[in-house]
Amino acid sequence: MAAKTQPVAGIMRQGRLTPWLYLLPALLVMAVFIVYPGLNTFYLSFRNNTNTGWATDNCLAGAPCWGLFENYRYALTSEIMQTAFLNNLKWILIMVSGTVVLGLLIAVLADRVRYEALAKALIFLPMAISFVGAGVIWKFVYDYGSGQVQIGLLNALVKALGGQPVSWLTMPQVNTIALIVVGIWMWTGFCMTILAAALKGVSVEILEAARVDGASEWAVFWKIMVPQIMPTITVVITTMVINVLKIFDIVYVMTGGNYGTEVIANRMYIEMYTSFKAGRAAAIAIVLIAVIIPAMIFNIRRFQEQEATR
Amino acid sequence: MNAARFKRWLQGLPTHLILIVVCLVWLLPTLGLLVTSFRPFQDVNETGWWTVLSAPKGEKEYEAFCGACHGIDGKAIIAADLTNADLVKNYRRSFSLLVSLKREINGQPHMGELSLPDENDAATIAAYLRRISGIEARSRFTLDNYIDAVVGYRGRATYESDCASGQQALDLSCDWRDLGNPRGMGRAFLNSLIVAIPSTILPILFAAFAAYAFSWMYFPGRQWMFALLVGLQVVPLQMTLIPISRLYAQLGLNGTFLGIWLFHTGFGLPYAIYLMRNFIGSLPHEVFESAYLDGASHWTAFFKLAIPLSIPAIASLGIFQFLWIWNDLLVALVFLGGEHPVLTYQIGNMVTSLGSGWHLLTAAAFISMALPMIVFFALQRYFVRGLLAGSVKG
Repeated sequence: MAAKTQPVAGIMRQGRLTPWLYLLPALLVMAVFIVYPGLNTFYLSFRNNTNTGWATDNCLAGAPCWGLFENYRYALTSEIMQTAFLNNLKWILIMVSGTVVLGLLIAVLADRVRYEALAKALIFLPMAISFVGAGVIWKFVYDYGSGQVQIGLLNALVKALGGQPVSWLTMPQVNTIALIVVGIWMWTGFCMTILAAALKGVSVEILEAARVDGASEWAVFWKIMVPQIMPTITVVITTMVINVLKIFDIVYVMTGGNYGTEVIANRMYIEMYTSFKAGRAAAIAIVLIAVIIPAMIFNIRRFQEQEATR
Repeated sequence: MNAARFKRWLQGLPTHLILIVVCLVWLLPTLGLLVTSFRPFQDVNETGWWTVLSAPKGEKEYEAFCGACHGIDGKAIIAADLTNADLVKNYRRSFSLLVSLKREINGQPHMGELSLPDENDAATIAAYLRRISGIEARSRFTLDNYIDAVVGYRGRATYESDCASGQQALDLSCDWRDLGNPRGMGRAFLNSLIVAIPSTILPILFAAFAAYAFSWMYFPGRQWMFALLVGLQVVPLQMTLIPISRLYAQLGLNGTFLGIWLFHTGFGLPYAIYLMRNFIGSLPHEVFESAYLDGASHWTAFFKLAIPLSIPAIASLGIFQFLWIWNDLLVALVFLGGEHPVLTYQIGNMVTSLGSGWHLLTAAAFISMALPMIVFFALQRYFVRGLLAGSVKG
C-alpha cells in the first residue's frame, strides 16, 4: 500500500490487547458487512431461488440446463441479460468517451479564460446532486406532450426547428442514448476536475518552448499535453468504466429498465426484489463483480503509482 | 497595438464560444427545474418554463380580437369593463363568449367589421379574461408547489386552497402535523438527515481508531492487515445487498434506521481507513512522542492530538460520505423502503406514481438538491478533494 510507513516510536509501548481494541469496531463491522456477504453471495449463486436446495432445482424440463451453474446460465445467456449486457456496453462506449472527451476539452479551454472557476463549478455541480434528482431534471427535458403544447425543452426545440416531437424515453435505441446523455451530464465534471489537475502539472517551459518553435495549439495539445497526462487519462477511463458498469439509479428512475433500456445492476435489483429470485440475483451480482474486480485492481494500482510520484 | 489586441481577441473567440455554449447546456436543465418549481401548476402544463417571463397566455389573442375597442387593459369601455369579475363570470366558456360576440349591441354587430375568433382562440381569450378579472388570478411565481411537496399533498388544486375550503384529503389535518405526513418531503428530509448523520460519523470514528492503531501502535500483522482492510474496497455494494437483507430479515433489522446506519458504516470503512491512515500516519511523530513522555496515554493522544490534527481529512471524508449517503437510492430502497422513506426514495416513488405532476416533482427534486448544493458551494474545495480521493471507492 502506498501509505508511508512511519516508524512507530519505540517509547510508545502499549499492552498487547490495546491495538485490537482500537481495531475491533472496524473489524467487526467490516467482517459482517463486507466479508460475510461477499462469501455468502457467492454461495447463494449456486442455490435455488428460495435457498432451500441447489441451483439445479431451477432447471426446467426440456429447457437447456447448466446444472449447478443454472443461475449463471440465466445471468449469461437469458434474453433480458443479453439486452442488459449490450446496453452496458453501449453505456461504456458512449458515456466513457463522452465524459472523457468533454472533460478534457473543458479542462483545456477553461484554463485559458478568466472565468475558469465559474465555468468549472457549473460543469461540476451535477456531481453534487443525486441520480434521482438528475433523473427528474432530465425527465422534464425529455417530456413528451401528446397534444399541441410541448413543455419539454428538447421537444419544444425539435418543434421549433420544424420536426416531429419524439417520445425520447420509450423509443427503442433512442432511449438508451437519452439515458446516457444524463450520465454524461452528471460525470463530465468529475473527469474535468481530475484532468484539469493533471494539466496544471504539465511543465509550462515545455509548452512555451513548443509555442516559440512555432507549434500550433493543436500540435501542442496532441504532442505534448495528451502524452504527458496519459497516465491520468487511463485512471479516469478505468474509474468511469467501473462507475458505468454499476449504473443503476438513472435507469431505475427514468425508465425502470423498460422499453429495452435494461442494465445489469437494475436487473439484479428486479430479480431480487420484484421477482424474489435470490439465486439469480446473486449470480448476476457475481458476474458483475467478475467484470469489475480486474478493473478495480488495475485502477487502485495506477492510482497509487500516481500518488507515489506526486 | 489595437490591431494586435483585436487579433488576439479574435483568436480567443472560439474558446469563449465553446465554453459558454457548454456551460449553458449544462445549466439549462437545472434552470428549467428551478423555474418550474416556482410556477403555478396550471401554468406548468400549459406553457414551457422558458416562456415564464413572456406575455401571459391569451394576451396576444385578446389584443388581436378585443384590444382595439376594449383597450389593452380591458377597461376602455366603461359599460363593459372586462376586468370586472361580475361581467366576466357570464363568459366562462368559449361558447358563451362566442354567443355574446355574435349578438348585436345597440343594433350593431358586436365585432363590427372585425372577424370573429375561432373556437380555440375564443377559449384562450375566455381563459385570459378570467385571469385579468381576478376570477382565476394567479401570479407568475408561487411557493405553493413547495408547500404541497413538503406536506405530501397530491390533489388537483393546492394544499392551501383545499384546506381553506375544507376539502383536504383524509391524511391531512391542515395544521403543523402535516409536516410529518409520511408522504411528504418534510418527513423525508428529516429521515434523510437521520440516516445520513450517524452513517457519516460512525465510519469516520471507527476508521480514526483503526487508523491510529495502524499508525502509532505496534502489533504483529500490522502491514498485511491494513492491506487487507483497504483491499476490501474492491467488493462492490451490489454483492453485499442480498445476504445482508436476508440477515436483517432474521434479526428484524429491515426497515430500521439502525440497519442502514450499520450498513453504510461497514461500506464506508475501507476507504475511510485508507484515507485516515494516510493522514494520521503522516502527522509528525515528535508530537506523539513528546505527549507520551509527558505522561499521556494512547487514549489521550488519540482524542487530544490525532483527532484535532486530522480535521482537514475528516472534513473531506465527512462531506464525501454525507453526500454519498444523502444521494443514495439503492441502499435506502433495499433496507428502508417505504418504512422510513428518505428523499431519494420519495422522489423515485413520485416519478412513477404522478405521471405529469411536474410542479410537485420539480419542487420535491429541488428540496432534495438544496442541501448538496449549499454544501457544494460553501465547501467546494473539501468536496472536490474528498471526491477525487474517493474515486476508487466501490
